[in-house]
Amino acid sequence: MNESHFKRMKDLPSTHLLGTGTPMCSGCGGLEALHEIYDILGPNTVFVNAAGCMTLLAVYPFTPFRGSWLYAAMASAPAGAQGIRDALDILIEQQRLPVAEDLQVVVLTGDGAAYGMGLSSTSGAMERDLDFLYICYDNEGYGNTGQQFSGATPHAARTATSKGPHGFAGYKKDLFAIWAAHKPAYVATVIGAEPLDLARKVEKAMQLKGPRLIIALAPCPTGWDYDPRESADIGKLAVSTGVWPLKEYIDGKVLHTKVPKQRQPVEAYLQKQGRFAHLFEPQRNEQLLQELQHSVDRYWAAVEH
Amino acid sequence: MTRTLLTGNAAAAWGARLASIDYVPAFPITPQTEIIETLAAWLDRDEMPGRMVMLESEHSMITAAGAAATSGVRVFTATSSQGLLYGMEMVYTVAGWRAPFVMVNVSRGLATPLTLEPDHTDIMAARDSGFLQIHCASCQEVLDSVLIAYRLAEDPRVRLPVIVNLDGFYLSFTREPVEIPDPATVSRFLPPFDAESTRFSASAPTSQAVAVLSGTPYSYFRYESHLAALNAISVYDEAAEAFADAFGRRHAAVEAYRCEEADIVFVMIGSFASKAREAVDRLREAGQAVGLVRPRLLRPFPAEHLQHLLAGKRGVAVIDQNLSMGLGGVLHSELSSALYGKSGAPAVLLSFIGGLGGRDITPEEFYEIAAVTRQAVEDGVVPPPRLLYTRDEVREITKLQAIAHAERNELESGE
Repeated sequence: MNESHFKRMKDLPSTHLLGTGTPMCSGCGGLEALHEIYDILGPNTVFVNAAGCMTLLAVYPFTPFRGSWLYAAMASAPAGAQGIRDALDILIEQQRLPVAEDLQVVVLTGDGAAYGMGLSSTSGAMERDLDFLYICYDNEGYGNTGQQFSGATPHAARTATSKGPHGFAGYKKDLFAIWAAHKPAYVATVIGAEPLDLARKVEKAMQLKGPRLIIALAPCPTGWDYDPRESADIGKLAVSTGVWPLKEYIDGKVLHTKVPKQRQPVEAYLQKQGRFAHLFEPQRNEQLLQELQHSVDRYWAAVEH
Repeated sequence: MTRTLLTGNAAAAWGARLASIDYVPAFPITPQTEIIETLAAWLDRDEMPGRMVMLESEHSMITAAGAAATSGVRVFTATSSQGLLYGMEMVYTVAGWRAPFVMVNVSRGLATPLTLEPDHTDIMAARDSGFLQIHCASCQEVLDSVLIAYRLAEDPRVRLPVIVNLDGFYLSFTREPVEIPDPATVSRFLPPFDAESTRFSASAPTSQAVAVLSGTPYSYFRYESHLAALNAISVYDEAAEAFADAFGRRHAAVEAYRCEEADIVFVMIGSFASKAREAVDRLREAGQAVGLVRPRLLRPFPAEHLQHLLAGKRGVAVIDQNLSMGLGGVLHSELSSALYGKSGAPAVLLSFIGGLGGRDITPEEFYEIAAVTRQAVEDGVVPPPRLLYTRDEVREITKLQAIAHAERNELESGE
């Protein structure tokens, strides 16, 4: 692996490739991550999209992308990537397309598709060793339909379909582990609020062949119920509290790329979001708060051992 | 002229091979599997160029097929029944992409109850999708139709995917003598796919299949697909003509058998029409003026061809091998709407449902259908749609029910 071009913040691209004026909500953590990812990927890409918030990026006759786009369906964006990748390879092999015209095939989906409906087609693509990049913007719920809980929703979060006093009864699915269990070329977690870590990972993914999958935690002002200006801070807190571990899977090993030295209490992250307000108001739910802190502690205890 | 014994499935695979396909996204399902196995064997032995990929579902298979076709390669795929329905979201979606590829569907009855035997309810579920449909009655027709289907799909006036339909078991597993066309003649009939601007490349970025935000652009694109499908009627006629010139076999959009001076006409699609054809011969021998009309092209619906062929007939019996619950036969209702108010349209149009889940339609039943139709012509009264079921079948199902009851009683009594 070559050394990263991105050593410090000033090494990051200073101009954005992705056009402005999209219909994403202000403060969208997914769009923040996509901006940063696209700056590294460049325009020689074709995005294959599954139903979700970002489907609305390309609405006839507009697109913020400099490169190409195909909207597939909620469940099968990785299969769309398979068809395009194979077709490009066939055209290049038959010398009907010059190599210089080749594209990176990039799947772009939300957590609704990635953690649930699209998991089978993602698994299939990895099993076939498809040469593609998968970007999941994970806002921890079916955001585009008003934030109902999904397989990505964390325990206790209030969503449009978990409004009771204890919030969501289930637990966030470990998609990183599910993906890594397929032994693809690369899996990583990123967040827009840590652009240097993100840039290095996208850069690394681009140097590899085969399935490369990235989950970007996407703080979501509308779904998580906070002021849009807080997005970057909440993103940073997700990392510094240890809620969102930044890591990568490569060559059969999981490496943590940013281990918080002094983890802040999880409360600091939860308190900023309306979706966890019921843990503090009308009175503190000590039991649930402790449970959430313990689950983060347990995770890091296993990492730090 | 040498002919080779081929199953309908092998004929479909030969069609794909002769069409010089680039890409086969696949998924197995009975009774289609032999098609992809045949292609896989040829590809493995380098007997044909191309690439096959096994997807994890028909939903993904049809997605990959559409995505590859919109990237500019020639794509072939095949499915059946439950698989077609599992992929149905994408059947509609990729038709809207205007992805010109060919999919063979081997018709099989839909669950529930689960069965492997054929009928057309599966393919009828795709009728409003934007896929064009060609229905076959012989193994030769399967091979030939795959070639015609590519001409149709890729024509710039059409640019829509095409389903070539054949019946499970009756065609898929039945060997018939088939003439395998000469590859050089095929490549003259079917030149390489020119995707024009429908492709993805670095220097010419494109956005395909983007969302719209209102009814105005939505209606525009939907109307465009519909008008392209309508164009396919004359494009089909041209292609069939060119095919006849090249190979000497004529595959009209609607086949008419002994319809001259017929007063009663059967209307059917698919391989069971061969049974009707046989019955027509017997009835003719008995002095009855009966004919058969068999649409090969079902989408676009060849309304004018049918109006022309049926004008002046006294009675028409539509035998549907499908069942739209709460309505009846789909072909009957489509034909009714095509004939309504047209001058010379037959006065009576009867509906019969038969051949569901591979159930046979016997010669006697065709004779009965002809007799009932003749009676309706004379009385001027159209009887309600008839669900074909014989006394023997009633006995058989009663016996099965008796066994089911006996088994349950035995279980409950703990014996």
